[in-house]
Amino acid sequence: MGGKVVTVTSGKGGVGKTTATANIGISLANLGKKVVVIDADIGLRNLDVIMGLENRIVYDLVDIVEGRAKLRQAMIKHKKFEDLFLIPAAQTRDKMAVSPKDMVELTDQLRENHDFVIIDSPAGIERGFRNALEPADDVLIVTNPEVSAVRDADRIIGLIEAADKGPGRLIINRLKTEMVNKGEMLSADDVFDILSLEIIGIIPEDEFVLSASNSGVPVTLNQGSRAGMAFNNVARRITGEDVPFMNLEENPGFLKRLMRFLDGR
Amino acid sequence: MTSLLNRLFGRPRLGSGKTAKDRLRFVLQHDRINLPPERLEEMKRDILAVIVKYVIVDKDRVEIALEQRDRNQSKLVAEIPVVKQTVPPSPETRLDSHENNSGKPADETEDSDDEDSAVSAAADAAASDDKSGAGEPQAGKKK
Repeated sequence: MGGKVVTVTSGKGGVGKTTATANIGISLANLGKKVVVIDADIGLRNLDVIMGLENRIVYDLVDIVEGRAKLRQAMIKHKKFEDLFLIPAAQTRDKMAVSPKDMVELTDQLRENHDFVIIDSPAGIERGFRNALEPADDVLIVTNPEVSAVRDADRIIGLIEAADKGPGRLIINRLKTEMVNKGEMLSADDVFDILSLEIIGIIPEDEFVLSASNSGVPVTLNQGSRAGMAFNNVARRITGEDVPFMNLEENPGFLKRLMRFLDGR
Repeated sequence: MTSLLNRLFGRPRLGSGKTAKDRLRFVLQHDRINLPPERLEEMKRDILAVIVKYVIVDKDRVEIALEQRDRNQSKLVAEIPVVKQTVPPSPETRLDSHENNSGKPADETEDSDDEDSAVSAAADAAASDDKSGAGEPQAGKKK
Protein backbone atom coordinates (compact mmCIF):
# COMPACT_ATOMS: atom_id res chain seq x y z
CA MET A 1 0.00 0.00 0.00
CA GLY A 2 2.92 2.34 0.61
CA GLY A 3 2.34 5.94 1.57
CA LYS A 4 -0.50 7.48 3.46
CA VAL A 5 -3.07 9.93 2.10
CA VAL A 6 -3.96 12.73 4.50
CA THR A 7 -6.80 15.08 3.58
CA VAL A 8 -7.01 18.53 5.13
CA THR A 9 -10.52 19.90 5.18
CA SER A 10 -12.80 22.24 7.16
CA GLY A 11 -16.23 22.94 5.77
CA LYS A 12 -15.87 26.66 6.25
CA GLY A 13 -13.50 28.65 4.08
CA GLY A 14 -10.74 30.87 5.35
CA VAL A 15 -9.88 28.92 8.47
CA GLY A 16 -6.39 28.00 7.29
CA LYS A 17 -6.59 24.74 5.35
CA THR A 18 -4.08 25.77 2.75
CA THR A 19 -1.70 27.20 5.33
CA ALA A 20 -1.98 23.99 7.33
CA THR A 21 -1.41 21.81 4.25
CA ALA A 22 1.67 23.76 3.18
CA ASN A 23 3.19 23.74 6.63
CA ILE A 24 2.48 20.11 7.36
CA GLY A 25 3.91 19.16 3.97
CA ILE A 26 7.07 21.11 4.58
CA SER A 27 7.45 19.84 8.13
CA LEU A 28 7.09 16.25 6.96
CA ALA A 29 9.70 16.85 4.25
CA ASN A 30 11.90 18.40 6.91
CA LEU A 31 11.58 15.17 8.88
CA GLY A 32 13.00 13.35 5.89
CA LYS A 33 9.71 12.06 4.49
CA LYS A 34 8.86 11.87 0.82
CA VAL A 35 5.85 14.08 0.37
CA VAL A 36 3.43 15.23 -2.32
CA VAL A 37 0.92 17.98 -1.61
CA ILE A 38 -2.10 18.25 -3.89
CA ASP A 39 -4.20 21.37 -4.33
CA ALA A 40 -7.72 20.01 -4.85
CA ASP A 41 -9.29 23.45 -4.91
CA ILE A 42 -9.79 23.53 -8.66
CA GLY A 43 -10.62 27.00 -9.93
CA LEU A 44 -9.26 28.68 -6.82
CA ARG A 45 -5.62 27.68 -6.84
CA ASN A 46 -3.63 28.89 -3.85
CA LEU A 47 -1.36 26.25 -2.42
CA ASP A 48 1.24 27.21 -5.03
CA VAL A 49 1.56 30.80 -3.80
CA ILE A 50 1.58 29.79 -0.15
CA MET A 51 4.49 27.47 -0.93
CA GLY A 52 6.23 29.98 -3.16
CA LEU A 53 6.06 27.79 -6.25
CA GLU A 54 3.65 29.80 -8.40
CA ASN A 55 6.09 30.62 -11.17
CA ARG A 56 7.09 27.03 -11.81
CA ILE A 57 3.71 25.71 -12.84
CA VAL A 58 3.37 24.20 -16.29
CA TYR A 59 0.83 21.43 -15.83
CA ASP A 60 -1.83 20.88 -13.20
CA LEU A 61 -4.11 18.27 -11.64
CA VAL A 62 -6.66 18.40 -14.46
CA ASP A 63 -3.91 17.99 -17.06
CA ILE A 64 -2.94 14.73 -15.37
CA VAL A 65 -6.51 13.50 -15.09
CA GLU A 66 -7.28 14.33 -18.72
CA GLY A 67 -4.05 12.82 -19.97
CA ARG A 68 -2.34 15.96 -21.26
CA ALA A 69 0.56 15.50 -18.87
CA LYS A 70 2.29 12.61 -17.21
CA LEU A 71 2.07 12.54 -13.44
CA ARG A 72 5.76 13.32 -13.12
CA GLN A 73 5.49 16.37 -15.37
CA ALA A 74 2.89 18.05 -13.18
CA MET A 75 4.78 17.47 -9.95
CA ILE A 76 6.64 20.62 -9.00
CA LYS A 77 9.68 20.10 -6.85
CA HIS A 78 10.06 22.40 -3.85
CA LYS A 79 13.01 24.79 -3.92
CA LYS A 80 14.39 23.63 -0.63
CA PHE A 81 13.39 19.98 -0.30
CA GLU A 82 14.37 17.31 -2.80
CA ASP A 83 11.50 15.05 -1.80
CA LEU A 84 8.65 17.53 -1.58
CA PHE A 85 6.36 18.02 -4.56
CA LEU A 86 3.29 20.07 -5.35
CA ILE A 87 0.54 19.12 -7.76
CA PRO A 88 -1.28 22.40 -8.41
CA ALA A 89 -4.97 22.83 -9.08
CA ALA A 90 -6.18 23.98 -12.48
CA GLN A 91 -7.15 27.60 -12.34
CA THR A 92 -9.54 27.83 -15.28
CA ARG A 93 -11.66 24.75 -14.65
CA ASP A 94 -14.14 23.72 -11.97
CA LYS A 95 -14.50 20.91 -9.45
CA MET A 96 -16.40 18.72 -11.92
CA ALA A 97 -13.26 18.31 -14.03
CA VAL A 98 -12.08 15.69 -11.52
CA SER A 99 -13.98 12.79 -9.96
CA PRO A 100 -13.44 11.01 -6.65
CA LYS A 101 -12.33 7.96 -8.65
CA ASP A 102 -9.70 10.05 -10.47
CA MET A 103 -8.33 11.13 -7.12
CA VAL A 104 -8.11 7.56 -5.88
CA GLU A 105 -6.24 6.49 -9.01
CA LEU A 106 -3.87 9.42 -8.80
CA THR A 107 -3.06 8.95 -5.13
CA ASP A 108 -2.63 5.21 -5.57
CA GLN A 109 0.17 5.96 -8.01
CA LEU A 110 1.72 8.50 -5.66
CA ARG A 111 1.59 6.16 -2.68
CA GLU A 112 4.06 3.86 -4.35
CA ASN A 113 6.95 6.29 -4.14
CA HIS A 114 6.00 8.64 -1.32
CA ASP A 115 5.45 8.44 2.40
CA PHE A 116 2.70 11.03 2.49
CA VAL A 117 0.22 12.54 0.08
CA ILE A 118 -1.41 15.61 1.62
CA ILE A 119 -4.58 16.87 -0.06
CA ASP A 120 -5.76 20.44 0.42
CA SER A 121 -9.54 20.20 0.20
CA PRO A 122 -11.66 23.11 -0.99
CA ALA A 123 -14.22 24.62 1.38
CA GLY A 124 -17.77 23.36 1.16
CA ILE A 125 -19.41 19.96 1.20
CA GLU A 126 -19.83 19.41 -2.51
CA ARG A 127 -17.85 17.72 -5.26
CA GLY A 128 -14.48 19.28 -4.41
CA PHE A 129 -14.74 18.02 -0.85
CA ARG A 130 -15.84 14.58 -2.07
CA ASN A 131 -12.84 14.47 -4.40
CA ALA A 132 -10.49 15.26 -1.55
CA LEU A 133 -12.15 12.86 0.88
CA GLU A 134 -12.43 9.75 -1.26
CA PRO A 135 -8.75 8.69 -1.24
CA ALA A 136 -8.10 9.70 2.39
CA ASP A 137 -6.60 7.35 4.97
CA ASP A 138 -6.52 10.13 7.50
CA VAL A 139 -8.57 13.30 7.73
CA LEU A 140 -7.55 16.50 9.46
CA ILE A 141 -10.30 19.01 10.15
CA VAL A 142 -9.14 22.59 10.51
CA THR A 143 -11.28 24.94 12.55
CA ASN A 144 -11.02 28.26 14.35
CA PRO A 145 -12.24 28.84 17.90
CA GLU A 146 -15.26 30.64 16.58
CA VAL A 147 -18.97 29.75 16.36
CA SER A 148 -19.42 29.48 12.60
CA ALA A 149 -16.17 27.58 12.00
CA VAL A 150 -16.94 25.04 14.73
CA ARG A 151 -20.47 24.58 13.47
CA ASP A 152 -19.22 23.86 9.96
CA ALA A 153 -16.57 21.54 11.36
CA ASP A 154 -19.30 19.57 13.09
CA ARG A 155 -21.19 19.26 9.83
CA ILE A 156 -18.12 18.09 7.94
CA ILE A 157 -17.24 15.60 10.69
CA GLY A 158 -20.71 14.09 10.28
CA LEU A 159 -20.15 13.72 6.54
CA ILE A 160 -16.70 12.22 7.07
CA GLU A 161 -18.14 9.64 9.45
CA ALA A 162 -20.99 8.89 7.08
CA ALA A 163 -18.41 8.22 4.35
CA ASP A 164 -16.57 5.82 6.68
CA LYS A 165 -13.50 8.02 6.68
CA GLY A 166 -13.78 9.00 10.30
CA PRO A 167 -13.22 9.92 12.92
CA GLY A 168 -10.57 12.38 11.78
CA ARG A 169 -8.56 14.67 13.97
CA LEU A 170 -8.84 18.36 14.72
CA ILE A 171 -6.50 21.25 14.13
CA ILE A 172 -7.58 24.31 16.08
CA ASN A 173 -6.07 27.21 14.21
CA ARG A 174 -5.58 30.85 15.20
CA LEU A 175 -6.13 30.46 18.90
CA LYS A 176 -5.55 33.69 20.83
CA THR A 177 -4.39 32.68 24.29
CA GLU A 178 -4.88 36.11 25.71
CA MET A 179 -8.51 36.23 24.63
CA VAL A 180 -9.12 32.72 25.95
CA ASN A 181 -7.73 33.80 29.31
CA LYS A 182 -10.13 36.72 29.35
CA GLY A 183 -12.99 34.34 28.61
CA GLU A 184 -13.57 36.07 25.30
CA MET A 185 -12.74 33.12 23.07
CA LEU A 186 -13.55 29.43 22.95
CA SER A 187 -10.64 27.45 24.37
CA ALA A 188 -9.24 24.30 22.81
CA ASP A 189 -11.01 22.37 25.58
CA ASP A 190 -14.31 24.04 24.72
CA VAL A 191 -13.94 23.02 21.08
CA PHE A 192 -13.05 19.51 22.16
CA ASP A 193 -16.10 19.35 24.46
CA ILE A 194 -18.37 20.36 21.62
CA LEU A 195 -16.93 18.28 18.78
CA SER A 196 -15.56 15.39 20.87
CA LEU A 197 -12.84 14.68 18.39
CA GLU A 198 -9.16 14.10 19.05
CA ILE A 199 -7.05 17.23 18.69
CA ILE A 200 -3.87 16.81 16.68
CA GLY A 201 -2.81 20.44 16.81
CA ILE A 202 -3.44 23.77 18.46
CA ILE A 203 -1.97 26.59 16.42
CA PRO A 204 -1.60 29.96 18.14
CA GLU A 205 -2.42 33.15 16.29
CA ASP A 206 0.85 34.37 14.87
CA GLU A 207 1.69 37.38 12.73
CA PHE A 208 4.45 35.41 11.09
CA VAL A 209 1.81 33.45 9.18
CA LEU A 210 0.85 36.51 7.16
CA SER A 211 4.47 37.42 6.54
CA ALA A 212 5.01 33.85 5.42
CA SER A 213 2.17 33.97 2.93
CA ASN A 214 3.43 37.35 1.72
CA SER A 215 6.83 35.91 0.98
CA GLY A 216 5.85 32.37 0.01
CA VAL A 217 8.02 30.81 2.71
CA PRO A 218 5.79 28.83 5.10
CA VAL A 219 6.16 29.54 8.82
CA THR A 220 7.51 26.13 9.73
CA LEU A 221 10.75 27.30 8.12
CA ASN A 222 10.84 30.22 10.55
CA GLN A 223 12.47 29.13 13.79
CA GLY A 224 10.98 31.99 15.78
CA SER A 225 7.38 31.33 14.87
CA ARG A 226 5.16 29.68 17.44
CA ALA A 227 2.62 28.75 14.79
CA GLY A 228 5.46 27.19 12.82
CA MET A 229 6.47 25.14 15.83
CA ALA A 230 2.89 24.03 16.38
CA PHE A 231 2.53 22.91 12.74
CA ASN A 232 5.80 21.06 13.07
CA ASN A 233 4.36 19.20 16.05
CA VAL A 234 1.29 18.29 13.98
CA ALA A 235 3.56 16.76 11.34
CA ARG A 236 5.40 14.72 13.94
CA ARG A 237 2.11 13.48 15.37
CA ILE A 238 1.04 12.45 11.88
CA THR A 239 4.10 10.23 11.68
CA GLY A 240 2.94 8.57 14.90
CA GLU A 241 5.28 10.33 17.27
CA ASP A 242 3.90 11.22 20.68
CA VAL A 243 4.56 14.94 21.00
CA PRO A 244 3.35 16.86 24.04
CA PHE A 245 1.32 19.98 23.35
CA MET A 246 3.38 23.12 23.69
CA ASN A 247 2.49 25.59 26.37
CA LEU A 248 0.43 28.27 24.72
CA GLU A 249 -0.18 30.02 27.99
CA GLU A 250 1.66 33.27 28.10
CA ASN A 251 0.77 33.36 31.77
CA PRO A 252 1.62 36.95 32.65
CA GLY A 253 2.24 36.28 36.35
CA PHE A 254 1.07 38.38 39.25
CA LEU A 255 3.47 41.27 38.90
CA LYS A 256 2.76 41.83 35.26
CA ARG A 257 -0.98 41.71 35.93
CA LEU A 258 -0.56 44.17 38.77
CA MET A 259 1.32 46.54 36.50
CA ARG A 260 -1.25 46.08 33.80
CA PHE A 261 -3.96 46.85 36.31
CA LEU A 262 -2.22 49.95 37.59
CA ASP A 263 -1.78 50.93 33.99
CA GLY A 264 -5.54 50.92 33.72
CA ARG A 265 -5.75 48.04 31.27
CA MET B 1 -14.51 45.02 43.54
CA THR B 2 -14.80 41.50 42.21
CA SER B 3 -13.61 42.64 38.85
CA LEU B 4 -10.64 44.26 40.55
CA LEU B 5 -9.82 40.97 42.27
CA ASN B 6 -10.33 39.07 39.09
CA ARG B 7 -7.97 41.33 37.28
CA LEU B 8 -5.34 41.01 39.96
CA PHE B 9 -5.58 37.28 40.32
CA GLY B 10 -6.26 36.47 36.72
CA ARG B 11 -9.48 34.66 37.31
CA PRO B 12 -11.29 34.12 34.04
CA ARG B 13 -14.37 36.24 33.63
CA LEU B 14 -17.51 34.94 32.07
CA GLY B 15 -17.11 36.58 28.71
CA SER B 16 -18.45 35.98 25.26
CA GLY B 17 -16.50 32.72 25.05
CA LYS B 18 -19.07 31.11 27.34
CA THR B 19 -21.86 32.54 25.23
CA ALA B 20 -20.21 31.12 22.12
CA LYS B 21 -20.06 27.67 23.68
CA ASP B 22 -23.70 27.75 24.78
CA ARG B 23 -24.90 28.97 21.40
CA LEU B 24 -22.86 26.32 19.62
CA ARG B 25 -24.25 23.58 21.82
CA PHE B 26 -27.77 24.74 21.08
CA VAL B 27 -27.35 25.08 17.34
CA LEU B 28 -25.51 21.76 16.98
CA GLN B 29 -28.15 19.86 18.93
CA HIS B 30 -30.65 20.86 16.32
CA ASP B 31 -28.29 20.58 13.34
CA ARG B 32 -27.32 17.04 14.24
CA ILE B 33 -30.84 15.64 14.18
CA ASN B 34 -32.02 18.02 11.50
CA LEU B 35 -34.81 19.39 13.69
CA PRO B 36 -34.94 23.17 13.92
CA PRO B 37 -35.89 24.72 17.29
CA GLU B 38 -39.34 25.77 16.14
CA ARG B 39 -40.15 22.26 14.96
CA LEU B 40 -39.04 20.87 18.29
CA GLU B 41 -41.45 23.22 20.06
CA GLU B 42 -44.18 22.10 17.73
CA MET B 43 -43.40 18.49 18.53
CA LYS B 44 -43.49 19.19 22.27
CA ARG B 45 -46.93 20.72 21.90
CA ASP B 46 -48.10 17.69 19.93
CA ILE B 47 -46.74 15.25 22.50
CA LEU B 48 -48.46 17.12 25.29
CA ALA B 49 -51.71 17.30 23.39
CA VAL B 50 -51.75 13.51 23.19
CA ILE B 51 -50.93 13.00 26.86
CA VAL B 52 -53.60 15.37 28.16
CA LYS B 53 -56.18 13.30 26.35
CA TYR B 54 -55.57 10.61 28.97
CA VAL B 55 -54.27 12.26 32.12
CA ILE B 56 -54.14 15.66 33.72
CA VAL B 57 -50.72 17.14 33.53
CA ASP B 58 -49.08 19.78 35.65
CA LYS B 59 -48.33 21.97 32.69
CA ASP B 60 -46.08 24.37 34.54
CA ARG B 61 -43.61 21.65 35.34
CA VAL B 62 -43.50 19.81 32.07
CA GLU B 63 -40.00 19.40 30.71
CA ILE B 64 -39.24 17.94 27.34
CA ALA B 65 -35.65 18.40 26.34
CA LEU B 66 -33.23 17.27 23.72
CA GLU B 67 -30.10 15.78 25.24
CA GLN B 68 -26.96 14.84 23.45
CA ARG B 69 -23.90 13.01 24.61
CA ASP B 70 -22.17 13.25 21.28
CA ARG B 71 -22.81 13.53 17.57
CA ASN B 72 -24.49 10.15 17.23
CA GLN B 73 -26.37 9.92 20.47
CA SER B 74 -29.36 12.14 20.87
CA LYS B 75 -32.16 11.62 23.34
CA LEU B 76 -35.48 13.21 23.95
CA VAL B 77 -35.96 13.32 27.67
CA ALA B 78 -39.39 14.11 29.01
CA GLU B 79 -40.49 14.76 32.54
CA ILE B 80 -44.24 15.17 32.62
CA PRO B 81 -45.74 15.35 36.10
CA VAL B 82 -49.24 13.88 36.26
CA VAL B 83 -51.77 15.30 38.68
CA LYS B 84 -53.55 12.96 41.08
CA GLN B 85 -57.18 12.75 40.14
CA THR B 86 -60.05 12.51 42.55
CA VAL B 87 -62.79 13.08 40.05
CA PRO B 88 -62.43 11.72 36.54
CA PRO B 89 -61.92 14.66 34.26
CA SER B 90 -64.67 15.51 31.88
CA PRO B 91 -63.58 15.95 28.29
CA GLU B 92 -64.36 19.66 28.30
CA THR B 93 -62.24 20.52 31.29
CA ARG B 94 -59.30 18.23 30.66
CA LEU B 95 -57.19 20.81 28.97
CA ASP B 96 -57.67 23.31 31.76
CA SER B 97 -55.31 23.49 34.69
CA HIS B 98 -55.75 20.89 37.41
CA GLU B 99 -57.17 23.14 40.13
CA ASN B 100 -60.35 23.46 38.11
CA ASN B 101 -60.70 19.73 37.77
CA SER B 102 -59.74 18.39 41.13
CA GLY B 103 -60.83 21.27 43.27
CA LYS B 104 -57.62 20.98 45.25
CA PRO B 105 -55.15 23.73 45.95
CA ALA B 106 -52.04 23.69 43.81
CA ASP B 107 -49.61 22.70 46.58
CA GLU B 108 -51.61 19.56 47.30
CA THR B 109 -50.71 18.25 43.92
CA GLU B 110 -47.01 18.45 44.75
CA ASP B 111 -47.00 15.03 46.39
CA SER B 112 -48.45 13.39 43.35
CA ASP B 113 -44.99 13.90 41.97
CA ASP B 114 -43.41 11.97 44.82
CA GLU B 115 -45.76 9.13 44.24
CA ASP B 116 -43.94 8.39 41.09
CA SER B 117 -46.71 9.38 38.82
CA ALA B 118 -44.62 11.28 36.38
CA VAL B 119 -44.47 10.17 32.83
CA SER B 120 -40.80 9.86 32.07
CA ALA B 121 -39.69 9.04 28.66
CA ALA B 122 -36.38 8.77 26.96
CA ALA B 123 -36.48 8.13 23.29
CA ASP B 124 -33.49 7.80 21.08
CA ALA B 125 -33.84 10.39 18.44
CA ALA B 126 -32.86 9.53 14.96
CA ALA B 127 -29.37 10.88 14.82
CA SER B 128 -27.64 7.98 13.16
CA ASP B 129 -25.06 8.49 10.47
CA ASP B 130 -27.28 7.58 7.60
CA LYS B 131 -29.84 10.10 8.69
CA SER B 132 -27.46 12.99 9.06
CA GLY B 133 -25.87 12.11 5.76
CA ALA B 134 -29.16 11.81 3.98
CA GLY B 135 -30.28 15.28 4.97
CA GLU B 136 -28.04 17.04 2.57
CA PRO B 137 -27.83 15.51 -0.90
CA GLN B 138 -31.49 16.01 -1.73
CA ALA B 139 -30.97 19.66 -2.40
CA GLY B 140 -27.95 19.18 -4.62
CA LYS B 141 -29.22 16.29 -6.67
CA LYS B 142 -30.18 18.07 -9.81
CA LYS B 143 -28.61 16.84 -12.96
